Amino acid sequence: MIGALISQIRTLWTVLQHTFTPADTVEYPAKPGWFGVTKNSTKVGPYLAPRYRGRIVLTRDPDGVERCVACNLCAVVCPADCIALQKTEDENGRWYPEFFRINFSRCIMCGFCEEACPTYSIQLTPDFEMCEYDRQNLVYEKDNLLIDGPGKYPDYSFYRISGMAIGGKGKGEAENEAPPADVRSLLP
Amino acid sequence: MAKITVDGRTFEVDDSDNLLEALLGLGEDLPYFCWHPEMGSLGSCRQCAVVQYMDENDERGRVVMSCMTPVTDGAILSVQGEKASDFRESNIENLMLNHPHDCPVCEEGGECHLQDMTVMSGHKDRQYKYQKTTFNNQDLGPFIGHEMNRCITCYRCVRFYGDYSGGDDLAAFGSRGRVFFGRTEDGVLENEFAGNLVEVCPTGVFTDKTLSAHYTRKWDLQSAPAVCTGCSLGCNITVSERYGEVRRVHNRYNSEVNGYFLCDRGRFGAGYVNSDDRIPYCGIRDANGVYEATSAEDILSHLKTLLSDAKSVVGIGSPRSSLEANFALQTLVGEDNFYSGLSAVEAEIASLQLQVLNSDLKTPSLAEVEDCDAVLILGEDTTNHAPRLALSIRQAVRNEAKDLAKEARIPLWQDAAVRKLAQDAKSPLFVLTSSADRLDGIGTGIRLSSEDIALAGINIANGIDGTAEDDADIQSIVEALTNASKPLIVTGSSSACPEIVKAAVNIATALSKRNAETGLLICTDEANTLAAARLSEKPFPTTGADVAIVLENDLSLRVAGATLDDWLAQVTSLVVIDSLDNSISSRSSLVLPAATFAEAEGTYINNEGRAQRSFGAFKPKGDIAPAWDWLLRICHDQNLLTGVEQFDDLLGSIASANEDLAGAVDAAPNAAFRVHGQKISRMTHRSSGRTAIVADVSLHEPKQPEDNNSALTYSMEGTNQDSPGGMKAYTWSPGWNSNQSISKYQNEISGSAGEGTRGVKLFVDSSSQLAALETSPGGNSSAVSVVPNWHIFGSDELTNRCEAIHSLAPSPYALLNSATASKLGVKAGDALKLAAGEAPSLAVMLDDSIAEGCVICPVLEETRAYLHLPTAGDGLLVKDESWTPPADAENIISSDRSS
Repeated sequence: MIGALISQIRTLWTVLQHTFTPADTVEYPAKPGWFGVTKNSTKVGPYLAPRYRGRIVLTRDPDGVERCVACNLCAVVCPADCIALQKTEDENGRWYPEFFRINFSRCIMCGFCEEACPTYSIQLTPDFEMCEYDRQNLVYEKDNLLIDGPGKYPDYSFYRISGMAIGGKGKGEAENEAPPADVRSLLP
Repeated sequence: MAKITVDGRTFEVDDSDNLLEALLGLGEDLPYFCWHPEMGSLGSCRQCAVVQYMDENDERGRVVMSCMTPVTDGAILSVQGEKASDFRESNIENLMLNHPHDCPVCEEGGECHLQDMTVMSGHKDRQYKYQKTTFNNQDLGPFIGHEMNRCITCYRCVRFYGDYSGGDDLAAFGSRGRVFFGRTEDGVLENEFAGNLVEVCPTGVFTDKTLSAHYTRKWDLQSAPAVCTGCSLGCNITVSERYGEVRRVHNRYNSEVNGYFLCDRGRFGAGYVNSDDRIPYCGIRDANGVYEATSAEDILSHLKTLLSDAKSVVGIGSPRSSLEANFALQTLVGEDNFYSGLSAVEAEIASLQLQVLNSDLKTPSLAEVEDCDAVLILGEDTTNHAPRLALSIRQAVRNEAKDLAKEARIPLWQDAAVRKLAQDAKSPLFVLTSSADRLDGIGTGIRLSSEDIALAGINIANGIDGTAEDDADIQSIVEALTNASKPLIVTGSSSACPEIVKAAVNIATALSKRNAETGLLICTDEANTLAAARLSEKPFPTTGADVAIVLENDLSLRVAGATLDDWLAQVTSLVVIDSLDNSISSRSSLVLPAATFAEAEGTYINNEGRAQRSFGAFKPKGDIAPAWDWLLRICHDQNLLTGVEQFDDLLGSIASANEDLAGAVDAAPNAAFRVHGQKISRMTHRSSGRTAIVADVSLHEPKQPEDNNSALTYSMEGTNQDSPGGMKAYTWSPGWNSNQSISKYQNEISGSAGEGTRGVKLFVDSSSQLAALETSPGGNSSAVSVVPNWHIFGSDELTNRCEAIHSLAPSPYALLNSATASKLGVKAGDALKLAAGEAPSLAVMLDDSIAEGCVICPVLEETRAYLHLPTAGDGLLVKDESWTPPADAENIISSDRSS
């Protein structure tokens, strides 16, 4: 009986204590978070780690060409099935997506697409501010996804390593490749 | 049978197999590359290693290549043991030394045997730190891409291309680390079966260019088990769709028909389904003669009044439409007003074929053709008219080699040894045609005019009956046929000469009195010629009608211009049901858009009387519907076929109306069929993009279309794993993403792939004996005769609408020898005209190997109707005085690769 009473009082005391502790939640977006990032000494938003899984982008390789080769691995790994694309190729045989669509109204930001991507093209960014009044605006096409830089991986270029010839890189010019063999040679 | 012990478990296996076949047959996951179920073993890749022990006390064992080791009774093996799997892992690491790190941009990715085997073997990290060998690729034509860097030198490509299908322009070049598989120079691969390299190559060296043009990974394809409509053989295919377009055609294994291989027309010819020429809407021609799109309801009510007001109605069927559509049209117009829509010649040949099928003569399947040990081809250009048959005949001539191997006690799977032993020994093959044939190289080619082929046939029949023959050629043919244990006569409509077919029937009749194993195979022009011919003996009406309904039939291919014009003038309302715009639909007053084979179910009866069910891969757009569905709705408006709602009901009415077609019901399971209580899925279980494909139009994902007419679903819901062979939408098995997974479904390696795969043979009542047919060949008349020349690319109406196929089609030509040319008063560079005035000009080409008196003309859209005119006498061909050769005159028959 006494124990139960003490428990009740302790509960009331704890609740009362929390009236004076600072809130963990932030009144977002009305007030910027106290742990937020600063820009010109003004707090502009909550701090998000570089590996935070937010808005998805398509990046470009160090040569400024779009990295996506339309291999479809992101689409197949996507548990929400919210990525659709179609492969096409340029006149020199370089594969790229004819269209690339992510339906963010279905996306669960799991980041599997980024893990699956063999070219570091698709990346998740620390940006979650993408709400819309009209759900239809959550369907992003390639124009909305493709950014100008290489994102988190500044140096990687898939085509420099892969043996596929593209414009500006012939057979035997990829990393660790010998020049094309002379198949008519009978030398040992 | 032999008892073998595998990893401690004992099994009974067939002792004529090699160990690899036996182990795969037991369901073991044993990696391999160079062995192919159809091409046997070579032992070049060293991947299928297992450890074999001497006896129970042997603890070390020795590594053997299972594909090169015969099954022996009491063998003790370790397949998954450490020693064997370590060997396989290091072997695949070696094979992968030069692999170019390009799976994401490889068309094979996701269905790559090399990927599967690498994962299965456990290799993942490349330890070799030196440079990778690279190669320059070649341009191999419009069908096949080449990426040599991916090669693992298993030699499957050259073994298929050279040894199996008889091509001589693909070979292995170079030495040591530079072994290169390609042509001596860039150029179109000449062999008609080159497309199989895409499936034969275990990795992505040879890829499908027509697929790559709108590439989709295997897991995203929505597929269905279909039947090829490119010729009369009815090869089984898997047709696949994505985003509402047909993306590719793959082989579908059928142990009785096409086995593991297809021809290039079938494989690369489905692109017409996506053609801009498709008829997208129902249309009615208005008062100004302009077509106006209308709704299905409007056109049906218009048609209802049209039909009830009409005093006379005729229906013209189609040899390329389904049995169901032909039957529905026959029911709608009545038996007396239904015409098969064949050309007069084809109708005559098809009726002979029906007589043969209903007699005691044996009609072999393609698999049985491969067992024949003497083949006589009478006036049939198999390679271009029924291509897959030519590949089977190429295997049939190897029976001599197989016999030699059996004598020398060499197992038949020892492919290289069997070929070395046999050298050039071949079973006899005689090719009696008017122009050079692709099979000449493996047999005896004899060039005669069509009349003389028929005469020679009669002489052969007489020779078999015992009449002595003077002609040495005929004597040797008679000897070869009478000495054979399984002789085969092949003929067909490619020469458009019924007399040749009659002569062939007489040879078979004479021969089967001596040998009951005698086979006779007649090839017709289209996939469903037999169905159309079976429903009506009348090919084409002579008088007009108030309403004429033409079902999927471009009549201008079968009825020559003037006759067709006369008939059309007598028709008040021409109703056309078709999928592609053609010369008939453009003259019609009412058009209904029909689905193609890729969008509709249907029964096709092939040239051996085998009924096979084909399923569509996807629902067609808008109002487009299967032809049988349109006709069923029209029938309902006329109070016909009431109570028949679905495909199965229609098939049921066919069976109850025609006893001999009743077997078609069992060609595949009906719509109520379920596997573990589920329907069979057309999509793979890992089909992607479901919530994004149409998201650009609307976020509200539409319900997947339902399929009430078959046991298949247009979705990933359902099962594919345990479905019967004939209903399998695609082949896949855990760990086996490539088409090699088929071995998981066969009851034994290269055996039947589960129930329902084979179709049902109709006309099996073989009690009646066929008497010798009356023949009346024209003989050595002085007249010049026109011989149609089929082209694998260009002669078929529908596949010719594909860009890639059309690019290899010839321009009209006339091929003749110089004596015939001087008789007609023409020389090379001139042109001839068929049936003066209306038919196209034919550029004259001289070739002295052509029989005298023959003018060889290609079967093309513009020439075909004229080549089927029953009489080809003087005055049919005249010199075209106004002809000027086109700019690229030399290339005029660049694709006529047989000459």
